Amino acid sequence: MNGKTMKKLWIGIAILIALTPLGLLASGMAWGEWSSEELQEMLGYVPDGINKGENLWQSLFPGYSISGLEDSFLQSGIGYILSAVIGIGLIYLVTIALGKFIAKREEEKGNENS
Amino acid sequence: MHIPDGYLGPITWGALWLVMIPVWIIAARKLKKDLKTKNVPLLAMGAAFSFVIMMFNIPVLGGSTGHAVGGTLIAIVLGPWAALIAISIVLIIQAFFFGDGGITAIAAESFVLGLILPFVGYYVYRLISTNADISSSRQWIGAGIGSYIGINTAAVVAGILLGLQPILHPAVEGKFQYFMYPISISVPAMAIEHLVLFGFVEAIVTLSVVRYLQQTDPSLLRIQTKAVSIEKAGGVSA
Repeated sequence: MNGKTMKKLWIGIAILIALTPLGLLASGMAWGEWSSEELQEMLGYVPDGINKGENLWQSLFPGYSISGLEDSFLQSGIGYILSAVIGIGLIYLVTIALGKFIAKREEEKGNENS
Repeated sequence: MHIPDGYLGPITWGALWLVMIPVWIIAARKLKKDLKTKNVPLLAMGAAFSFVIMMFNIPVLGGSTGHAVGGTLIAIVLGPWAALIAISIVLIIQAFFFGDGGITAIAAESFVLGLILPFVGYYVYRLISTNADISSSRQWIGAGIGSYIGINTAAVVAGILLGLQPILHPAVEGKFQYFMYPISISVPAMAIEHLVLFGFVEAIVTLSVVRYLQQTDPSLLRIQTKAVSIEKAGGVSA
């Protein structure tokens, strides 16, 4: 592995982040991930457990949206991109921290071909 | 395959926490042994990649949507235990910050997307690519087939978990408390959309990255084989 590859791969991820608003074009929910409104329409009622479950936790950026950035496709797109950046930042930090904690601390002997 | 809170009853999500806690501990021990500190940024990148590709919702006939996961790809580069940890971190962040998938269902989702998907995908890949040279086409073919089978197996398992709910928690006065469709509906629904579409998306993503790594930096595909051969040679000098 070399640093150049890592840089290229991160650039690839940055491009993907910029393209994420394409994911907003598909408007439906995934099968088995319906909201209570959709269930009300489908079944004529909302299962009690699902109703309670929906109110169990209020996330900061529900559905990868940022409050105040929901009025147009452009705004949702920007919100979606910001969510991607925030999510990746958090995931990066958590993984690095956990990795520092659990990964094997070997002495770098320089015997790798990188 | 993100499962919102309230879709699974407490028996199911509770049982899966009991399954996943020891599995996470085993994974941490495996990584302590096999994951080098210099590969930690790669693990973080794998998790980041999985997170971002999950944001590309793709419509499928019938108004539903789905997406790739990338779990098999992480497993091919860093091993299935590393993939389990990476995907679990993604699912935890998605549940807490983005409301994608339930908090109670984190263990169930990690079981499906972090355990079943990368392990099945990885071992199918290994089966196809064993003794193949790093530059061999068997590498990316194995990656494609493995990731396709991995995500489809995961979809079936998710369908089973959902479909168990009306059995475990039958309707009272015509109303279900949790997920309402039986296995005979949930498994085909999950399986078909992954067999015809999302499985191919996952396969194309996985094999494209593997091909790219074969051409640009094959050492990334040797991390796994190296770990195995070092182990055989009697451990690393530490």
